[in-house]
Amino acid sequence: MSSAKQQILGSLRRSLRRPEPSAEEKAVLEARLHSPQRNLVPQRAQLPHAEQLDLMETMLKELSATVVRLDGEAAVPAAVADYLKGENLPPKVRMAPRDDLRRLPWEAQPLLEVEEGIAEAEDATSVTGAFAGIAETGTVMMASGPEAPVTLNFLPENHVVVLRASQVVGSYEDAFQRLRAVVGQGRMPRAVNMITGPSRTGDIEQTILLGAHGPRRLHVLLVDDTAGDTAADTAAG
Amino acid sequence: MQSTSHAFKDNARAALANQTLQKAMKHVKTGFIDKRAKARSKLPEFDDLRDASRDIKNHTLANLDYYLERYEEKVIASGGQVHWAPTAEDAVKAVLEICKRVDARVVTKGKSMISEEIALNQAMEEAGLDVVETDLGEYIIQLRKEPPSHIIAPAVHLTKEQVEADFRHHHRELPSERSLSEPVQLVAEARQMLRRRFLEADVGITGANFLIAETGTSIIVTNEGNGDLTQTLPRVHIVVASLEKVVPNLEDVSTILRVLARSATGQEFSSYTTFSTGPRRAEDLDGPEEYHVILLDNGRSNMLGGEFQDMLRCIRCGACMNHCPVYHAVGGHAYGWVYPGPMGAVLTPNLIGVDEAGHLPNASTFCGRCESVCPMRIPLPKMMRHWREREFERHLSPPAVRYGLALWAFFAKRPKLYHLFTGLQARLLGHFGRAQGRFDALPLARGWTKHRDFPAPEGKTFQQLWAEKQKGAVRR
Repeated sequence: MSSAKQQILGSLRRSLRRPEPSAEEKAVLEARLHSPQRNLVPQRAQLPHAEQLDLMETMLKELSATVVRLDGEAAVPAAVADYLKGENLPPKVRMAPRDDLRRLPWEAQPLLEVEEGIAEAEDATSVTGAFAGIAETGTVMMASGPEAPVTLNFLPENHVVVLRASQVVGSYEDAFQRLRAVVGQGRMPRAVNMITGPSRTGDIEQTILLGAHGPRRLHVLLVDDTAGDTAADTAAG
Repeated sequence: MQSTSHAFKDNARAALANQTLQKAMKHVKTGFIDKRAKARSKLPEFDDLRDASRDIKNHTLANLDYYLERYEEKVIASGGQVHWAPTAEDAVKAVLEICKRVDARVVTKGKSMISEEIALNQAMEEAGLDVVETDLGEYIIQLRKEPPSHIIAPAVHLTKEQVEADFRHHHRELPSERSLSEPVQLVAEARQMLRRRFLEADVGITGANFLIAETGTSIIVTNEGNGDLTQTLPRVHIVVASLEKVVPNLEDVSTILRVLARSATGQEFSSYTTFSTGPRRAEDLDGPEEYHVILLDNGRSNMLGGEFQDMLRCIRCGACMNHCPVYHAVGGHAYGWVYPGPMGAVLTPNLIGVDEAGHLPNASTFCGRCESVCPMRIPLPKMMRHWREREFERHLSPPAVRYGLALWAFFAKRPKLYHLFTGLQARLLGHFGRAQGRFDALPLARGWTKHRDFPAPEGKTFQQLWAEKQKGAVRR
């Protein structure tokens, strides 16, 4: 153990007027740490799923993000193309390299240029998936990995997120529970980004402005995937 | 940074006379307060969440040694490194060693108060590093070579005209005829100037709002996205954090996050709450190759178990200063060191000594607004009172205060004499003040009457009136 660490731990225990916790005491703390109990969770975060989706949409709009609800994932490429056209943005996106996005009918949008990979400085728009949507504050949770490079969330000026209805949960705790189920207890992906609206600053005379360093626009495509894959198959075919 | 806290009175006088500062501070008085109140009203459980947050931190502080060791184990397990730093010098040394080893030239920084506390920028610049603050407010004050005046809004003391002048002075490569009078233009220019720096940085340094023992994670809570670019793009990410930032698990941090942004900016959640755990994984496409945490003590371990332990619950939201009439009047720089406002008045004497910073706990009207809005329910006025007592015990207060208090104590310990004397005083003042109803000058009270009139008493003391009322109530 480093002497600096010894020094700090020693000082803490002197101030707390006790020695290092005993094995029994540690076991109690260990249990608290690894069988996590939820503290108070607001009512707003515990709605039925349909209402969670509505709350997610409402909160996002309050945050100056934009939302479009789609009946199925096959509608995503057209929705991306429409969005870029509507915002007068170049028809070119940097997409997260993931299968569920790759398999969408992009070929139906011949004017739209789609490249995969991490974000480059000149990329104007990114299209990514998400790990979860958290209705209580309209937060989109990203979990980094080979299919979800972090730079896509921050470098481009415009960020389009494909969020599936089944990914929307009520509370932060719900989202972390799902994350634990995937990565394992006590573990985390390298980066978990909880994104709540576009980048903003109030540093000059408290005037709130969007697009300080991260994306100026956050556009969420909320895809209904609860009805099964029928809609997607029909549209793709 | 060099403290000027001992000169608080002079600093405050200068601040009150500074018209530009007073103009800038107008935005603080309403903006933050209204937004917090609105956010609170939208969440019925807000005050209960404050209680829960307080309890989580109390539990953590009582077992801080355990949680820090667990935290370190988890950081190591995820491929990161923890550097324990008992003092500010140790922390600075650890950062400089890393920068030297990886042959760093450009270092970008996210906003970090710990970095201010340990005077990191100065040390890095002296070591020949090109240090770039990337939070807009921090960038502006770095150009001006000023310390932050607020813990979450570092440039809150400046007007947009001042920022425009600074940008014109420092961004010489841009066309001089460009329009810069609106905040939106200033933000766009900063974005443009800093983009290049993000991409060329070798090391990114951020602070941490929380550390999680369960997973070995550090969290930053920001709005601009600069912190994320700072920690994602360079080869090395260094986190500088003080040891009381640790919380047990993800459920605990969820609870405290619910009160943080609402108390700070009045947002329901900040734009970016980012959890970082170790360096880039083998299969990752981006992220830093090295991840280091500098764990700073700097006097905090001594605050545990004593009358200032509650201060270690602080999550640096800034609500106390946003609601403080003294802070509104003088701004952050008058406090003379890193942490201003009520939390600074309590914390600063702990970190740099009551001899240097004894004025700060006196810079309070004890109106209690700070405690009433604190998300962690820190009894700030009570702790300022502790400092005043210590200042008095150590004979640091000025003679007038000491003798005045001694004289008052003499009478206060002798109730009969006290009543006689105050009764006489009230009758006398009542008699002389009857005509005008107020005094514009009084002996021994010039400090009051110089700025406002002293209302004339009606002729009786409060205790006399109270006694009469009580009798009346009984009779009825």
